[in-house]
Order: sequence, then C-alpha cells, then structure tokens
Amino acid sequence: METVEQIKARIEAAVPGAVVEVIANDSPANQPGLLLDRAHAPAVARFLRDDAELRLDYASNVTGVDWPETVEKVKTRKVVEGKEVEETEERRRPGYLEAVYHLYSMEKKHGPVILRVRTGNRTDDARLPSLTPVWRGCELQEREIYDLYGIVFEGHPDLRRLLMWEEFKDHPMRKDYVDPDDYEYEPTPHDEVLARAKASATKGGEG
Amino acid sequence: MSEVAARPPAGAYELLAKGTSAEAADVTMLEVSMGPHHPSTHGVFRMDVVLDGETVTRLKPVFGYLHRNHEQIAEKTTYLASMPYTDRLDYFCSLTNNWAYALSVEKLAGLKVPERAEYIRVITAELTRLVNHTSLVGFLLQDMGALGTPLMYAFREREKILDLFEELTGARMMCNYMRFGGCRCDLPSGWMEGARAVVDRFGRFLDEYERFISENEIVLARTQGVGVLPAELAVNASVTGPMLRASGVNYDIRKVDRYGIYDRFEFRVPLGDHGDVYDRYMVRMLEMRESLKILDRALREIPGGPVMDAKAKVRGFRPKPGEAYGRIEGPKGELGFYLISDGSPNPYRYRVRPPSLINLTILEDMCLGQTVADAVVILGSVDIVLGEVDR
Repeated sequence: METVEQIKARIEAAVPGAVVEVIANDSPANQPGLLLDRAHAPAVARFLRDDAELRLDYASNVTGVDWPETVEKVKTRKVVEGKEVEETEERRRPGYLEAVYHLYSMEKKHGPVILRVRTGNRTDDARLPSLTPVWRGCELQEREIYDLYGIVFEGHPDLRRLLMWEEFKDHPMRKDYVDPDDYEYEPTPHDEVLARAKASATKGGEG
Repeated sequence: MSEVAARPPAGAYELLAKGTSAEAADVTMLEVSMGPHHPSTHGVFRMDVVLDGETVTRLKPVFGYLHRNHEQIAEKTTYLASMPYTDRLDYFCSLTNNWAYALSVEKLAGLKVPERAEYIRVITAELTRLVNHTSLVGFLLQDMGALGTPLMYAFREREKILDLFEELTGARMMCNYMRFGGCRCDLPSGWMEGARAVVDRFGRFLDEYERFISENEIVLARTQGVGVLPAELAVNASVTGPMLRASGVNYDIRKVDRYGIYDRFEFRVPLGDHGDVYDRYMVRMLEMRESLKILDRALREIPGGPVMDAKAKVRGFRPKPGEAYGRIEGPKGELGFYLISDGSPNPYRYRVRPPSLINLTILEDMCLGQTVADAVVILGSVDIVLGEVDR
C-alpha cells in the first residue's frame, strides 16, 4: 500500500482545496494518521473509497477522542539589560473533540488508513460532517460518538443517542464528565412535601 | 457503489407522535416492541417493529440496556486491570477477547510473544470458535422452534471444551488468561491429551449434528432465502465475520493480517453464495471443520519453552506515548481495540470495536418484507452477545 505521504499528495491533487496533515504516531505500531479539514472530509472519504488504487471500501472502526484544553507552562531564560531573567510563558492548546476512522480495503486487502477530523471546540462548534453516507458502517458508531462525546454529525440519517437514554443530559466519555451522585434520581412529589416541611420548620411552626 | 438509500428520518418509526388524535392514527399498522426481555433477543435487546399484518415494514434496534461504559472504566484503570473486564464483553468468547486486547497492547508497546504462547493462543482461540459456533447453531435452532434438544446437544460439546478452559485458566467462561507478552501460565500436565481427545471427537459430533440439521425440511424452509444480505451492502456496512463471508466476500483477518502465527496453518475460508440465513449457518459449520484442522496441527507442533516474554513488565507497565489499533478475527467478526497512550499507567483512550454491534447496522435491511417470525431467525443468525453490543 502507498505511504501516508503519497496518499496525502494524491488526496490534495484529487480534491481541490482539501487540507491534509500527517499526524505522526510514535508507538511501535507505526500507524500514522491523516488529519482532514472538516469541509472537505466527505469528498476526501468518497475519493478514498472509490479510488482504484486504494479502494478503502471498509470503515472498520470509528471512534471519538476528547482532547480538553491544555495549558503548558514553559520556562525560558532571557537576558534583559545584561541580567539573566527567568520568564514563564503559558502555551494554551484549545480543546477539541476528534473523530477517528480506521479504514481498510476488503477488495485489495490492505490497511489501515487512519482519518482524523477535529471539531472547532468542545462546546458550541462540536460539529463534524457525517461519513455515514459514504460508509453505512459508520451509522451506529457515529451515533455512539454523538451519545458519549457530543459530536453532532451533520448529514447523519438518524442521529439519536445509542446507549444512554434519550433524557440523559451529559456526554459520559468526556474527560471532564462528573458522574451524578444518584443515577436513578427522579424528582417525586415527595420532594415538594419535604421542601414545604423544611420551609415551615425554619419559619417556626406557622404552617 | 451506491449511496445509502433514503430511509425514514429519526423518530419516524413512531407511528403515533405525541398528541396524534385517534382519527389521524394509521390503525392498519401495529407497532410491537420486541424485547428487552424476550427469549429470542439473546439478552436485553429490543427491536421496535412495525408490522403490516405479519410483515415487517420498519424495524429499529434499541440498545443500551446492558451499558456500563466499559471504555471509561478501562480509561480510569491500568492496562492490565482491564484484562479481566474484556472477558465480560462477549462472555461466550473470553479467550479471543483477551487475545485481541493483548495483541493491541503488544502493538502499542512493541512486545514480543514467545512461540509456545503463540501456539497456546491459537489453540485456545480456535477452541473458543468451536464453543461460539456450536452454541450459535443451537440457539438458532431454538429460535426456529426446536426448543431445547439442539441447544443441549451443542451445550454438551461446549461443556467439554469449557472443562479444558477451567483446567487451564481456573474459570469456565471468565478466563482472564492472556497477558501482554504471553499467557498467564503454562498448560497443566495432561491438558494436551484432554484437548486431543476433544478435538478428535468433535468431528464426529459435527457429522451427527449436521445430519440432523443441514437437510431438515423445516430448517430449509425457515432459512433458505430468508434475510438475504447482498455482498456490496455487507462491505459498505462494515459487516464482518461469518456474516460477511456468508454473503460471499472473502475476508478473514486470520488470512489478511496473519497475526500471531496463523501464516503457518493451512485452512480454507468457507464462503456462502446467497447470503441468507442458511448460508450463515453453513459457513459456521464449515468454519468449525477448518478450526479442527488448525487445532489438529497446532496440538501436534506446539514447541516447549516459556509462555511469557522475559522482558515483559507486569507491574509498572507504561507504554510510550502513541496509539495502536489491533484486531483479530473473533468468532463474531472483527474484534479490535484502539488504544492511545499518553505515557501514564492507564490508557488515555481505550476503545473496543464491537463486531456484534456493527453487524446489527443492517438488521432492518435484512428484515424488511419478511415475517415477524423470520425477524427472530435473522437476528439469531447475526450472532450477537449483549455484553459486547452495549459494553
């Protein structure tokens, strides 16, 4: 199979305007990824699927990763007016959510090619284009990412929660998720009674 | 390749939206909620089925009844501490789950596995495949109405293999046997003879089992032409394992990736022609015969030596930052683990690629136009275990 650099060059030639970046992987597994820009991700996915050389017809594993904002304090030494001064500089990497696609080819029996697509941030711009129209196999997995990470996949045919219940509010796989004290808490009429009892107790036995 | 066909939008399968008046409701259709507590759903799984008479016109699977956020639990603990938990994913096939996880971590950390351990892994994985496929055939027959007997025949054979697992690992089902860089312990004395006896007799059991089932009139009527899955859709929907091969796609990860020592064994990959329930049954039957070939050779050739890599660290295990995706051909399909390490003792990201869940993507496509009784058989032929579907 071609190397990621070759695939990157071919994507940029075939899909005008697509921005592709090779993400290195330092582990012995040696599985580098390709970071795509959001706008061109579906076009790139279609190219990878239909290209006669690659034929990545099989989206095996689709998953999300949460990267919260990190603040790194870097100490630098500078010479100001003949004196050596230590300065601390804060380097911020804004947080984002990432969807990772592991692609293989059942026809050519090669792979994996790893696609990564990142959201703008972790709050109001947690949106990505869905690749379910390209590979049906993403359908349930993208629903799972939506459920557990809160990435909204635009163009997904049936974007609902997969594992948690519909009324659930948060996204449990995020790194800053705090689980509730009581999962089964539901407000009951009894709570109102208790609140009224407490109110009357503090008022001093009036009601 | 064609794009995904237009399907009803979210919520459209609910016939009665909130506030629909009695006059406006379509009373010719019946919405049935099959499950979660239904013997044919193989666990706590629900299908929202809309029926026109007995014909399925819409079907939506509903998941999550057994969800315990396995992935998050694994991210909050050390690499090794998740090993016993992988047993609980697909609780019929704990040893292949162990192997998939061990393989991924070995990829991530660059560990080697001694030869004897590789052989033990192949032997236990193929025994697991026998356990899974015999039980599946038993359950499938149960779904078709042959209550009890075929399943008990299957369980009788399964029990012999589970006895072997118990002798080797201490547990029948929750084996927790493999480690990063090998296996937990060596084979006990006399185990090889026991395994040899089981493997030698298993072929005869398959002959007997097949004689009862393969040409049975009711089985043929209930399975042939039912739940047809075209090859193109199967590939596009990431269907893997015997389901995929029954649709005629030659893709077996043991052959493609040649992980472990599978390149040393000669075995064929059985393929189906029609992609119906009968082919899925038949592919599994034939796969068991191929597993017996692998087992026969592995039991003959297994060398001596250590079962753990001497350099593998059990305590204080911290892989270098990076990521890895490892996968094996599990009995149900491609079982993969995706791990990201940030250099700490616990994984930054731990993801299970569950074949049971992803094979359910096309459940609706297979069931449309079939009767509700066939939907039960089709679900049975997908081979799901809810521990893995919901994680």
